[in-house]
Order: sequence, then C-alpha cells, then structure tokens
Amino acid sequence: MLEINNLHAGIDGKEILKGLTLKIGTGEVHAIMGPNGSGKSTLANVLAGRPKYQATSGTVTYQGKDLLALPAEERAREGVFLAMQYPVEIPGVNNIYFLKAALNAVRKHQGLEELDAMEFLQLAREKMKLVELDEAFMSRSVNEGFSGGEKKRNEIFQMAVLDPKLAILDETDSGLDIDALRIVAQGVNALRSEKHSVLVITHYQRLLKYLVPDFVHVLADGRIVKSGGKELAEELEQKGYEWIEEEVAAAR
Amino acid sequence: MTSVLEDRSTIAPVHIDGEPERVRRIREQAAERFNTLGWPTTRSEDWKYTSLTSLTNIDWKSDQRQPDGEDPASPFGDQPVAELMFVNGALHANRSALANEHPGIRVMPIGEAMDLESFQQHFARYADYEKHALAALNTAMWQDGAYIEIAPGTQVEGFIHLLYFGGGTAEHPVISHYRNLIVAGRGSQITVVESFYGRGIYFTNTVTEIVAGDGAVIDHYKFEDESLDAFHIGTVQIHQERSSSVTSRTIATGGGLVRNVINAALTGEGASLSMEGLFVLSGKQHVDNHTVIDHVAPHCDSVELFKGILDENARGIFDGRIIVEPDAVKTNSRQTNKNLLLSETAIIDSKPSLEIHNDDVKCNHGSTIGQLDEEALFYLRARGIGAEEARNLLVYAFASEIVERMKVDAVRENAGRALFARMPKRMERRSESR
Repeated sequence: MLEINNLHAGIDGKEILKGLTLKIGTGEVHAIMGPNGSGKSTLANVLAGRPKYQATSGTVTYQGKDLLALPAEERAREGVFLAMQYPVEIPGVNNIYFLKAALNAVRKHQGLEELDAMEFLQLAREKMKLVELDEAFMSRSVNEGFSGGEKKRNEIFQMAVLDPKLAILDETDSGLDIDALRIVAQGVNALRSEKHSVLVITHYQRLLKYLVPDFVHVLADGRIVKSGGKELAEELEQKGYEWIEEEVAAAR
Repeated sequence: MTSVLEDRSTIAPVHIDGEPERVRRIREQAAERFNTLGWPTTRSEDWKYTSLTSLTNIDWKSDQRQPDGEDPASPFGDQPVAELMFVNGALHANRSALANEHPGIRVMPIGEAMDLESFQQHFARYADYEKHALAALNTAMWQDGAYIEIAPGTQVEGFIHLLYFGGGTAEHPVISHYRNLIVAGRGSQITVVESFYGRGIYFTNTVTEIVAGDGAVIDHYKFEDESLDAFHIGTVQIHQERSSSVTSRTIATGGGLVRNVINAALTGEGASLSMEGLFVLSGKQHVDNHTVIDHVAPHCDSVELFKGILDENARGIFDGRIIVEPDAVKTNSRQTNKNLLLSETAIIDSKPSLEIHNDDVKCNHGSTIGQLDEEALFYLRARGIGAEEARNLLVYAFASEIVERMKVDAVRENAGRALFARMPKRMERRSESR
C-alpha cells in the first residue's frame, strides 16, 4: 500500500524527518509513537500534501504511484485520508454540502457514479450513527462552534463517508475524553478490513487499547528507531520515551 | 436624442408633462445647485478615493430607445407581485395591474404619481440635492422611475421588482436618470427589489427615496450587475419613523465605476435599521460605498455590515459614518466592514467612523482586511475538492453571511447566481495566466 523510503522532509527549510523508512501493507494497522518534536505531525502532513511541508529527498510510493508528485486533492481522490490534529473551522461552508462535494470528487476520480442528494444523505446518516454525531451537525458550517471532541468525531465521520484506502490519524486522540476516544476507535475499527490500511500517529498508548495495531514504530529525531508489535506500545507507556532515546544515543 | 451636458458641466433641468409647480421649482433649484457645485473632485473628502474624470470626459447622450441586441429579461420571471421595467431611462414594461387591484397597493411610473398627496408630501424631501452634486443632477434631470405606496396596515406578500436596463456604445454612450419614491404607511410591510443590468457603455444615475412610516417594515434590495464598462451612481435615502424596521441590502457584482450612497435617518423612537452591502469585484472594477446612518431619535438600533471581495486590480471603498445626535440617547449601533483580498494588486480603503454627540449610547465599529485562509483551503483539498473549487467555496462562504440572510428565496437564489456567475471567470483567467 505505502512505502516510504529514506524520506527527508521539513518546513521552512528546517529538516525534521531525517531519513524515515516505513512500509505499510494492505489491511495493516500501524501505529507511530514518539515524543513531541520527533516528526510525527510532519510525517502526517507530508503524506497528505500540506503545502508548507517539503520533502527534500527520499521517496513515497503509494499503490505504485509517486505520492509526493500529486497535489493534495489528487492524493485524497486516490484514497489517502488525513484525520487532522487541528481541524479548521470554515464558517459559511455547510458540512453536508462540503462532504457531498468531496465524496463525489473522490467517486468521480475512481470511476464511480456520483451520489445524488438522497443517496448521500442515506449514507451520511448511517455513518453518523457510527460516530454518534447528532444529525444537526450536518446543517452547520464545517467544524464551526464544534467542541474539540466533536471536531475529532467529525474527522472520523468524514473518513467513514469517504472510505479511504489509507487513513492517517494525526493525534486524533489528543484532547479526547474516554467516551470520545471509544467512539473514535469504534469509527476506525469499522473501517478495518483486508483492503484498508491505517496509520495511527499518537503520543500516548491509550487510543491503542481500543484500536489495536498490528505494528508499532517509535519515531525519534526524524527516524523510526524501533519497531515491534502491539506490546511495544505498552512498554512505552510504562517506561516513557527516555530509554529509547538512550538506546539510540548509545547505538550512535 | 439630446446631448445632456452641453459643455459637460452645466445643465438645464428636464421637465415632463403634467409636472406640478413644486416639482418644476425643485428641478430648477437642483439644476442651479449642480451648476454651482460642479462635478465632485477628489479634492473633496467625500470623493477622495473616486475620480469621475473618466465619466465627465464622455459626451453622454440621453436616448430612450432600446439598445441593440437581445431584449432585456427579468431574472425573476413572473415571481414578483408587480414589476416595472425601465430601459435607458424610460418605462419599457409595466406589470403592475394585478397588484394595483389591491386598494392598499400603488405601483406606478413616478410621472403618474405627481398629483398624489403622498408624493407631494415626500418627494425630494430626503435626498439632499443642496449638498450632493449627483443627487442634484438626478433631481434636475430625472425622466422616469417608480412610485410605490403601501397604505397603512397593508402587508404585501412577495416582492415588487424594479428592473433597469442600460445600453450604449463608445460612439453612442447613453445616460439615464431614474427617480424612485417608496412610501410605506403606518404598520405596512413591503419588499422592493431593484436590479440593474446592461450592455456596453452607459451611465445610470439613480435616486431612491424610502419612507418608512410608524411601525412599517421595509426590505429593500439593490442588485448592481451592470456591464463592466458601465458607470453607476446611486443614492438610496431612507427616512424612518417611530418603530419602523428597514433592511437595506446593496449587492454590487457589476459595473466599471460604481458609487453607492446609502443614507438613513432614524427620526422616530425605537426605529431599527439593518444596512448590508456586498461587493464582489475583479478586473479594473471600482466600487465606492459611502454610507451615513444618522441617529436622530432615542432608542434606535442600527447594524451595518459591508463585505468586500476583491480580485485582480479591483478597487473597493467603504466609507461609513454613523452619527448619533445629542437627543439620540440609548442608541445601539454596530458598524462592520470585512474585506477579502484575492490578489496582491486589489485595493481596499476602509474608513468606518462614529460621531457620537451624547454619552448614553452603545456603539462600536471595526473593519478587517484578510486573505483566503490557507488552512481552510488545505482542509478542503485534503478531502478531494480541487484547488479552484475550494477557493470558490471559501469565497462564497465569505459572501454567504450576507446572502443567506436574504429572506425571499428567489432573491437569495438570484444573489447566489450573480456571485457564481462572477467566480468561474476569475478561474478561467487564472488558468490562462499559468
């Protein structure tokens, strides 16, 4: 599904990812954990194509395509979804209008028939239940006046509707209470299948209790320094990140 | 066909058949006033952002024939309860017979209203031709326009539409002066939509006086979708009595050089006013919005919101003044101007101002100038929406605060259409320039 090879990237000329290599197979759930400043969000944003972030060297191959060569909207249409850490409020853009336009842009690109208003509403209603969002949210402006938890649930709702092949969750768990955390995990788990891959980026292990990953990687100073199974997340939770940093320093 | 401004700076008043003595006298005074004042120049504070040189250099002709090309058509079809259509200064079609069957409704060409009591009571009492040259020019020169009178207690469902179509060419530039009077009696309710369209080079100079009687509710919309080579100078003068409620909306999407003067006087206790404006400009369009809200009586509310969207080399001006007179205690007033600049060469001058003459008021004002939110743009694109569509969505979203508040469905849809009609052009030009 996704192959990142020796990726160097950063923002405003400052290098943050310093040779990151990662391979995500179809149907796999990977978690990337790491301390603040290790490059977690940079990775998410580089993959989604946020303009400020530049890849300086290395390659990212997504389903055989050079992902970095595609503009953000093309990546989305190809099935890459980024659940954002700070979903932006867009006053005046109606939630349902926006999501229908997005879904139909994706469907058109994938050679599928566009949904009409009724079909879309039916789909949206079904997915809203999954993330326990009230239907009243649909008629409001995108994220406007939403609480932190509602914004994150709206991200997962959008993900459920757009049905991406590769979902990237950028610290979706931050700022969530235990109920919201459970709902978010429920939304992501519903997407899990042998056709969908998920990359969960997080600082804490708590989301991973509900959303059990197949692989866990530790990101430190712009590189993956350790990989393992789900038990690595538990180890990190108990011991913190310091021992990893020490290990890395010792290996140099 | 006559050349209106013989040496382009002095005028002789126009007179129409059956004109009462008072109207004759007003026209003569107004002509004299214009000849004394002359065309405004950028030396005057009121006109410092807008030069009329390009307008006064043209030898305007008055010619009421229909311009060549397609027949002007109303965007509203048969939805208005009454419609008057004017072409190049003269009445072209009158669809008001049905509405006039109602004893409380009068919709007619203004020339037919001159003997009515209400006309005599209100005509030319509010738009100040002593001070303002263009109002004086209009008062002296008007040939046609609309008269609307709603009897006390009459609620008009739906809306009355006034359509103005102009057309001219470089060889034959046409000038039109329209004069309108809208009088809403005590406790009456009315929605009036004025829309301006046209082809080629022409100049529309229009004055609409609006009188809201005690407790009257008036919704006034003005759509300016003139040709990009057209000149438009318009005055909307609102006079509000006790507990009246007026909403004024001015939507400018067209016109090469546009000057909007929108003034309101709240003269009766408890009156409320919502004055809104939206200007969506590109190319070399120049739109100058000049508003004065005069709080004369106590306990009145006014909310003013003007939004500008400017692309390419467009220039916009918001010059808004709120005056709170010494007697106008407990005034509640808010004035806001927000602007969105889509290019580095577009210019906006924003000049909100408050002039408060008593200390028992709640007033605030502010203005903002910004660009499209890059974060929002990325958010939309990251969901699969193309860059141009995302940009248009955000531009429309900025305008929607004004558009979505339009109460009449047909009017709101028309505003949406007018906005979208301007947006794709911008898109095409962008992709060409790449």
